[in-house]
Amino acid sequence: MSSRWASIRFTVNGQSRTVHAPPMKRLLDVLREDLHLTGAKEGCGEGECGSCSVRMNGELVNSCLIPVLQAEGAQIQTVEGLAPAIDSGGALHSLQEAFLQCGGAQCGICTPGMLMAAAQLLERNPHPSREEIREGLGGNLCRCTGFARIFASVLAASTHAGSEKKPDAR
Amino acid sequence: MRGNPEAHELIAPGSLAAVLHLLASEPGAWTPIAGGTELMVAHAAGRLTARKLVSLWNIPDLRFIRVEANSIAVGAGATFIDLRRNAAVAAELPLLAQAAGWIGSIANQSRATLGGNLVNGSPAADSSPALLAYDARIELVSIRGSRTVPYDKFHTGYKRNLLAPDELLFAVHLPRRFARHRGYLRKVGTRRAMAIAKVALAATALIENETVAEIRLGAASLAPFPTRLYRTEESILGNAITEETICAARTAVLAEAAPIDDIRSAAEFRRRVAANLVEEFLRELMKPEPRP
Amino acid sequence: MSNAAKTRPQTRIVGAPVPRKEGIDKLVGRAQYVDDLTREGMWYGATVRSTIPRGNIRSITFDPHIDWNEFTVVTAKDIPGKNHIELIVADQPCLADGRVNHCEEPILLLAHPDRHKLLEAVAAIKVDYDPLPAVFSIEESEAQKEIILGEDNLIKSFTLEKGDVDSVWATAAHIVEGEYRTGPQEHLYIENNGMIAEWSAGDGITVWGSLQCPFYVHKALRAVFDLPDEKVRVIQTETGGAFGGKEDYPSILASHAGLLAMKSGRTVKMVYDRMEDLAATTKRHPSRVRHRTALDKDGKLLAMEIDLATDGGAYSTLSATVLSRATLHACGPYVCPNVRVRSRAWATNHVPYGAFRGFGAPQAIFAMERHMDEIAAALHLEPVELRRRNFLHQGNRNATDQLMREPVMLDKLLDRALAESDYPAKRARFARENQTNPLKRGLGIAAFYHGSGFTGSGELYLNSLAGIDVTADDKVRVLVSNTEFGQGTNTILTQIAAEALNLDFSDVTMAPADTAHIPNSGPTVASRTSMVVGRIIERASLQLLALLRERAGLGEQYPREEFFAACNRYRAAHGKVESLCRYEAPPGIQWDDATYHGEAYGAYAWAVYVAQVAVDTVTYSAEVEDFWAVQEVGRVLHPVLAMGQIEGGVAQGIGFALYEKVVLENGRMANNQMTNYIMPTAEDVPPIHVVFEEIPFCYGGYGAKGIGELPHDGPAPAILNAIRDATGVPFNAIPLLPEDLFAALAAREPIAEPAAL
Repeated sequence: MSSRWASIRFTVNGQSRTVHAPPMKRLLDVLREDLHLTGAKEGCGEGECGSCSVRMNGELVNSCLIPVLQAEGAQIQTVEGLAPAIDSGGALHSLQEAFLQCGGAQCGICTPGMLMAAAQLLERNPHPSREEIREGLGGNLCRCTGFARIFASVLAASTHAGSEKKPDAR
Repeated sequence: MRGNPEAHELIAPGSLAAVLHLLASEPGAWTPIAGGTELMVAHAAGRLTARKLVSLWNIPDLRFIRVEANSIAVGAGATFIDLRRNAAVAAELPLLAQAAGWIGSIANQSRATLGGNLVNGSPAADSSPALLAYDARIELVSIRGSRTVPYDKFHTGYKRNLLAPDELLFAVHLPRRFARHRGYLRKVGTRRAMAIAKVALAATALIENETVAEIRLGAASLAPFPTRLYRTEESILGNAITEETICAARTAVLAEAAPIDDIRSAAEFRRRVAANLVEEFLRELMKPEPRP
Repeated sequence: MSNAAKTRPQTRIVGAPVPRKEGIDKLVGRAQYVDDLTREGMWYGATVRSTIPRGNIRSITFDPHIDWNEFTVVTAKDIPGKNHIELIVADQPCLADGRVNHCEEPILLLAHPDRHKLLEAVAAIKVDYDPLPAVFSIEESEAQKEIILGEDNLIKSFTLEKGDVDSVWATAAHIVEGEYRTGPQEHLYIENNGMIAEWSAGDGITVWGSLQCPFYVHKALRAVFDLPDEKVRVIQTETGGAFGGKEDYPSILASHAGLLAMKSGRTVKMVYDRMEDLAATTKRHPSRVRHRTALDKDGKLLAMEIDLATDGGAYSTLSATVLSRATLHACGPYVCPNVRVRSRAWATNHVPYGAFRGFGAPQAIFAMERHMDEIAAALHLEPVELRRRNFLHQGNRNATDQLMREPVMLDKLLDRALAESDYPAKRARFARENQTNPLKRGLGIAAFYHGSGFTGSGELYLNSLAGIDVTADDKVRVLVSNTEFGQGTNTILTQIAAEALNLDFSDVTMAPADTAHIPNSGPTVASRTSMVVGRIIERASLQLLALLRERAGLGEQYPREEFFAACNRYRAAHGKVESLCRYEAPPGIQWDDATYHGEAYGAYAWAVYVAQVAVDTVTYSAEVEDFWAVQEVGRVLHPVLAMGQIEGGVAQGIGFALYEKVVLENGRMANNQMTNYIMPTAEDVPPIHVVFEEIPFCYGGYGAKGIGELPHDGPAPAILNAIRDATGVPFNAIPLLPEDLFAALAAREPIAEPAAL
């Protein structure tokens, strides 16, 4: 074995973390195994399905394609960081609330990645068109929904602010 | 996950100079890895043969887009998201900006780099047709110095290129002289997103006095590496766009294209679609230029 | 959404878009899927698989460079019980013993604490074979040159006969023939198959995993380990999609993980990666359907003769029941006095094909509905008109002579679909525009029905038991073996109980899907959960109320506190508060398995789908631009979940038709990666317009009929009919990829000539 383990420091969901790992270990495995953040999932291991999506330094990334050494110093956000106070009675993120109301999650396995892609999209483009939503979520495969409820959820979240209208189920 | 992370070494020297010294000290021993969208896929499949890897990710010396007097220089470490967000690229190199959006998905575009796409050298590389259509030159660098070569001479065979063992791809230089050219870009993939090109074509042409004064046809998936369709260009150059020109161009494409049958498509399909794309471009040229 | 709302019985929770029961857990990343679980000291398991499609194992060699003492190695000889997977016919080994019959067949199992070392070890085991000739198609199998299963390669056959088909041909005004094919389709659930197993001499075997049918796995483990019921325990973990793909395969994986756990004395986790899952697990059965149809001069069906064949793969698995459903859906929702359907499932040396949403019906309906458009063309009738002249109505009998007792509103569904899609005006416009536009647009329709629940007497055999209990902390729990894997089981069944008990939605939860604590209410398949199990839960809830009124003083009207107080009084007196009911068949159900006559299904869901497709003559690609799905599924219990079922099924149907090709080379899936097996992405799925008409079905849970499988039946024929409309070319096989369109469209023009722009 030629690998020397490295100490790698980064911030996950606002908390500073240090892990000791082989530098070629995938960020996905570090999150799931070393940090017990199992929200990000492995669907394909080759950057095709997006279920491992997290945000790193403000960009959407597939954590299965990132050697953890390249996350040194990075700011990482996972699905667990969207509603950090949920376990102590805090509120859902507006996207999570919209997914709940509009049926954006079915089996739930793509949902953490889908939420991160949607969060990335809305941060850069708070009022996306249907085409922009399709593109923003194009790398996140969902086999249950046919994407329609997910589009509805993202649209609802994007119009959420300042609107009395409940997210439209259609 | 079929690869074993402990079987690979990965270091991140952090600067271009340090990486070049490392490559020079043990030529051929170190494999550069940038955004990992190719090598990490091989790693997961247990197919990554490189044992020693050196990270190029986020090295500032490599991640830049500079507008210079006669060209736009894109650092090899610029990601496709960088390209898509750059105003100068959008304004002057729309085919490249659009092709950047072809790469996988947003999550791939945020990691995949222009240099990585070219060095990987897939025949289906998404950025290559646009670079060929824009007559790009590429700059290679080592501790011995740097050299600049036309991009269309960079690939020398299937997944082979001009890079010496101690060299890195440093930047792509795109001449700023395509403002008057008409452009065309189309990818025929397996689906709309997350698709590998079965055929792709990027083209630029300059029409003067109703004849074709300049034309460049950059194609993916028609040869062992991305390539210009020179003989097809010759069949068009200097001619007015007529039905005869179109027929001659189609014949030239069919003769020139050398695609393969593989798991994603068939050679005959690729040849015929390539001819159709060239025809579609020529027919667009027949119409008056759209005014912005 | 529904125009039957006025006549709907008043309900508070059923019919309301309550939030998905387990929704928040899934949205915050808290839901625990099998690969999210670890156990102290857990080992990992891996599988050594056949690399050839058929042959005898000559030798197995272990590379001496590896210290095999670190590993647990399991072969067929370690199996304490029967070396087969219990399902219908016991012909599939748990581990190959001397002979392999398909690529990727499991031969040997390994366990080790380091999952990376495990993969090196798998690669260091060499299996040598004496290969035998293999069979890779329906045609090769029916030729019987090589016998690979039983005496004739036949897994199962059915004949369905009505009237006298042979008397019609000589005098019919029209006879139209056609052959239609469908390819294998992968479920592509985003969560791969996975299982964790523990074994102890005292407690026997316990498994946790991603699965649809806990009692199928239970039955399989009982046989493999030769254990009594109480020493086998199966617990479903959160399941990331299934679509039929986790109906039978988890029995194999649970057996494997269990064998490794037993021999190693460790907890063992086996989770497939995508490449292994794609290559080794089940797919939808490929099919070939031949139609010969007689019609009178007015376009009324006189006779249908249908020859239906499927590729079942190397072992029987579920092929017989898939074939049964295909047979029963082969004639479509039409009146035809004379019918003969002969169907056969053939063995090949492919990985066994299995259950997939629709379960044979999508294959049969693809053929029937494509064929209807070919009949229409032959008779110079509009496809819409031909269907209208032959639709089943209330009071008619279908192909199995089942009387349509309930109202049938096919005409209304068709009218609605035509109106919503603006069908007549659009077809005229497309015909005009197609003359000059390189993009050729067309509209296609499919009309179909889908039987809800198990076939014929199947539900009686299942004899499902389900119910509710009330815990001391004032929670009502639904006790079923029906599982949640995205479709909404948890939400629908708790809605039904809350409604019937006049409680809040939040008062009702699901008991964990753990065979130690739940009754066997049957498998979660066949669009049966809402209709069949939902009805049992409704009855069990009403039964509990009656009990509490009789024995615990519950009043006719009660606030929820009084309900739980009554439960506490009852518990104090009787120990527990539980109400279980068994399935009761609707009256008048008669089914004859021998002749395939009678009430094939308790109820049918009905639909008319319209696809708008654009075929690009430059790239030979076909894209669905717009889609309308109009259906009647009984009462819609949850409007958002129901729409999600339809949209998801339509998207899978679009993939089935235009994108998803399993490339088989020497019996092995060659494109076993997500980058090469192409499912539609968010950018490929068009707007899907969903319309429900509602006719409550009085024997279904709060009026529900089946919904889950229906939407996979219609898209493929509607899309290919639209392509025929757009191009004039009849395409009769799916998946229809651009290369296939190219072969037909480009053949019409000399290659160097300009494309028809």
